[in-house]
Amino acid sequence: MAMHGMRGLSIFISDIRNCQNKEQERLRVDKELGNIRNRFKKEKGLTPYDKKKYVWKMLYIYMLGYDVDFGHMEAVSLISAPKYPEKQVGYIVTSCLLNENHDFLRLAINTVRNDIIGQNETFQCLALTLVGNIGGREFAESLAPDVQKLLLSSSCRPLVRKKAALCLLRLFRKNPDVVNVDGWADRMTQLLDERDLGVLTSSMSLLVALVSNNHEAYWTCLPKCVKILERLARNQDVPQEYTYYGIPSPWLQVKTMRALQYFPTIEDPNTRRTLFEVLQWILMGTDVVKNVNKNNASHAVLFEALALVMHLDAEKEMMSQCVALLGKFIAVREPNIRYLGLENMTRMLIVADVQESIKRHQAQIITSLKDPDISICRRALDLLYGMCDITNAKDIVEELLQYLNSADFTMLEELSLKAAILAEKFAPDLSWYVDVILQLIEKAGDFISDDIWFHVVQFVTNNDDLQPYAAAKAKEYLDKPAVDEKMVKVCAYILGEYSHLLARRPGCSPKEIFSIIHEKLPSVSTTTIPLLLSAYAKILMHTQPPDQVLQNQIWTIFTKELRYESCIDAEIQQRAVEYFALSRKGAAVMDILGEMPKFPERQSSLIKKAEDAEADTAEQSALKLRAQQQPSNALVVTDQHPSNGEPLPVFVGQLSVVKAPNMNNTEDHSSTEQVLSQENGNLSQVDQQPPSADPLSDLLGPLAIEGPPGATVQYENSAVSGLESGPDVVDGSAIVPVEVGTNTIQPIGNIAVRFHALCLKDSGVLYEDPYIQIGIKAEWRAHQGRLVLFLGNKNTSPLVSVQALILPPAHLKMELSLVPDTIPPRAQVQCPLEVVNLRPSRDVAVLDFSYKFGTHMVNIKLRLPAVLNKFLQPLPVSAEEFFPQWRSLSGPPLKLQEVVRGVRPMALPEMANLLHSYRIAISPGLDPNPNNLVASTTFYSENTRAIVCLVRIETDPADRTQLRMTLASGDPTLTFELKEFIKEQLVSIPTVAQAPTPAPPAAPPTPQIPPNDPAALLTDLL
Amino acid sequence: MGIRFILMVNKQGQTRLAQYYEWLTLEERRALEGEIVRKCLARNEQQCSFVEHRNYKIVYRRYASLFFLVGVDNDENELAILEFIHLLVETMDRHFGNVCELDIMFHLEKAHFMLEEMVMNGCIVETSKANILTPVQLLEKTS
Repeated sequence: MAMHGMRGLSIFISDIRNCQNKEQERLRVDKELGNIRNRFKKEKGLTPYDKKKYVWKMLYIYMLGYDVDFGHMEAVSLISAPKYPEKQVGYIVTSCLLNENHDFLRLAINTVRNDIIGQNETFQCLALTLVGNIGGREFAESLAPDVQKLLLSSSCRPLVRKKAALCLLRLFRKNPDVVNVDGWADRMTQLLDERDLGVLTSSMSLLVALVSNNHEAYWTCLPKCVKILERLARNQDVPQEYTYYGIPSPWLQVKTMRALQYFPTIEDPNTRRTLFEVLQWILMGTDVVKNVNKNNASHAVLFEALALVMHLDAEKEMMSQCVALLGKFIAVREPNIRYLGLENMTRMLIVADVQESIKRHQAQIITSLKDPDISICRRALDLLYGMCDITNAKDIVEELLQYLNSADFTMLEELSLKAAILAEKFAPDLSWYVDVILQLIEKAGDFISDDIWFHVVQFVTNNDDLQPYAAAKAKEYLDKPAVDEKMVKVCAYILGEYSHLLARRPGCSPKEIFSIIHEKLPSVSTTTIPLLLSAYAKILMHTQPPDQVLQNQIWTIFTKELRYESCIDAEIQQRAVEYFALSRKGAAVMDILGEMPKFPERQSSLIKKAEDAEADTAEQSALKLRAQQQPSNALVVTDQHPSNGEPLPVFVGQLSVVKAPNMNNTEDHSSTEQVLSQENGNLSQVDQQPPSADPLSDLLGPLAIEGPPGATVQYENSAVSGLESGPDVVDGSAIVPVEVGTNTIQPIGNIAVRFHALCLKDSGVLYEDPYIQIGIKAEWRAHQGRLVLFLGNKNTSPLVSVQALILPPAHLKMELSLVPDTIPPRAQVQCPLEVVNLRPSRDVAVLDFSYKFGTHMVNIKLRLPAVLNKFLQPLPVSAEEFFPQWRSLSGPPLKLQEVVRGVRPMALPEMANLLHSYRIAISPGLDPNPNNLVASTTFYSENTRAIVCLVRIETDPADRTQLRMTLASGDPTLTFELKEFIKEQLVSIPTVAQAPTPAPPAAPPTPQIPPNDPAALLTDLL
Repeated sequence: MGIRFILMVNKQGQTRLAQYYEWLTLEERRALEGEIVRKCLARNEQQCSFVEHRNYKIVYRRYASLFFLVGVDNDENELAILEFIHLLVETMDRHFGNVCELDIMFHLEKAHFMLEEMVMNGCIVETSKANILTPVQLLEKTS
């Protein structure tokens, strides 16, 4: 190789180049690192040439992305080598490998200083460059005077002085005190008289830093800058070497105009006139030319000139000239110029008087919005957002809505947020605003933040005229077949509040509204169900006179039909129980379930957020998506709120630690309502409480008047502890350890909660994360079951290496049909799973599921809801059937009795419901003692066939935490397993302890919410 | 600050030269290079040369198999940077004669020397090709 002798380096580089894959590369690199380390260890005999070679190899390896954690000392030591080639390597490699805080760098400080003050100008250059690139505070303090001397020295050649200028810039940034303002203003002014364009280029960068810090001190530099600009723009006395495609150093021209933008005004009329003449010259004299480089260079100067004109508050005529130029640019095909035209037009919006002329280009800008180049669309969106006002809002927002259909998905969040803000800010009428937001939710439900729909709710609440319209719209949207879950939320809320205003319209009877909402219930997640329940309760209360059929229907939902009373989700359960109790009180509690009061009027909300986040909205959204779509390798601590309340680290591709508060997928609807009601001014009724612990208590705040004081705290504690301990206890009951592998992705929803819900019902979601959703549908007949696993890929790229393995317990025979290796984008595959129950057991089958997304292997182990109660069939028995059997099964092991302690306190009907939900039928009235329950069921397995089980539970009304349970069946194993099974259910299910009357005492109105709480965040916004 | 980093990456996404003007850890560099290379390499010729990434911009230009990516502050003059890339390429051309990916790969040290003469502390220090190449030539003479 034609390198001056570093053959070993060339060979190494070729070896790396010939590596077939990353693994081979790594092996080669490891080998080389080992070799270098050995050579460095026995330093004897290591020639400067060797050192140089190895140090370059280290840099090469570092550039490839491998950690090089040794040899830094050798690199630094080369700095003190006497010869130029070694010294140069030492300086360059050191500045690449080390940062300013590295200890070794301090060791070199003396050598560096000696080189700077020495006589060898090439050494001076090297040393100044190192300090300029990585010098820290310590360098600033010890070297600044020397560097200043070099910069100003008349005997120093330009090649040293240009480096001294940028070196001083670094030192000034590290410690502004090293440049004494009084002395330096004059020197800086003199420096600008420099004829050498290299020195001038670096000095101009230094000046930009100095004036940006203190423009007043450097005002004498202003005329000099204008002079330099004039000299360059008019191409006077510019050496050929500094002319780029015929343009006198475009970089220096740009830098000079940048420096001028830091001076607020130009007072001297002569300087001002000269400058405007030059600017006019640039504006008029820049033509489009064929040569790309020349064209770019001259336009670089032109765009900077435009920025300076805008800054200088030029005459109106010149401004309109600028707008005209920009209008020309945004219409060209050349993408770079168009991009910059849009960007600069957005900047121009701050100039008074030009908005009207910018508006004339609206159609052209909208064309760019639809450009396939995301960089351009983003500029167009920003510009449209900035130029929108009451006159064009309707057009612009409708364009944005239309564009939502085709926009790049990384744009959707920003786009929808901006559309929402514009709609709110400039709505010509409120119904239009409601239309826009509902369309947004329909088109980009996944991408809009909750605040957007909270906000529409507030608007509707505060505007009586709007309510019937909103309700009618909500009904219209909910009538559609596939509705986004956010849409279900907002529509259910609005219909719950205001559907009674529609009562006389066709198809809008309470019963019809109810059934439209209720239709959506099976398809929504547990976070939405509470909102639906609230809507039911409100609809029921608004139906006057009461409709008996509707009432029964809704009560059945609250109590039995969907078993919410014993639902695993504490929130749903609590609402069901409370709404049931409330609605039974009839007209007496009308007020509680009446319309929400108005929200206090406040100034712009979302708008503030958008403006705060303006700079990085786009990035945040991209980040968020990336986090969901393709976890990569950098660790980021995010502020997550998974349903189990434990923040988990999430892997996303991101450089630094970021907070992404919106990244959680388990939307916290409860804080939603909490905020809504707190905003409503119910605060005085609300007890201070941990967020999301009990959103209902403030929702139902006014009820407190009736309740005994002090009950709330206890009540909430039980709800909280229920939430926390629930999943743990459930996990404890599993015999196979269940965990979410070593995955770095975040499941959506609580796996344990989902599992438990599926133990009670036969279809639903078993598992969900950002990539996949695993649903289950099951049919059970006697001892056999047929489950279907629905594996749904949520993404636009395929999931590969999909594997599903069933780990059946000994008592189940399970056969899973073939699971395809790949799930195509947005596709769902169904995998039937046959189950045969051989004998009674509480063991649980586990699905070991894995897939690959991008480079990420995800492995999850999920319990399958093929649990004991699935093989039960409720069997109500009469007294004649029960007692003979009960007596014939006498004593262990066929009949077992146990006193169970630590039972979750529940009322008898509740317990009956619980048993019923596990397919154990209660036979009321069989036991003469009203505190006891008698129940029976049939169990099916291949070994035992159908076999009757009898249950008796004796409760103690004085102490609901204990009970005595007696189980009997013809099979000892079954008796034991079923007894244990029921016991687990009685002690583990989180239930509500107290009667559903949340009773906050008259609490002081102190809405103290932790600052990082989403609710608090929102309160700030609203 | 101006220029934050200069990367030369081939179309397979392999880094051929990386010079940072702000300190990033190795992990940060790897992540950053992965992200922006993915973003830029996916773009076609009809699209503009600017990509917004985090709170800065990438100005990039492609020469045959090699991409030159320059990370700059949001308010930097994009076209000036775009032509600065070309100036860098022309300078390397003058030295190597029709510079190609392999020249940069096997003469990494020279590429670094030239870059060091052109950019310092994130600012442009020299734009005259003759001045840029003088120290490189000096080095060839002395070694």
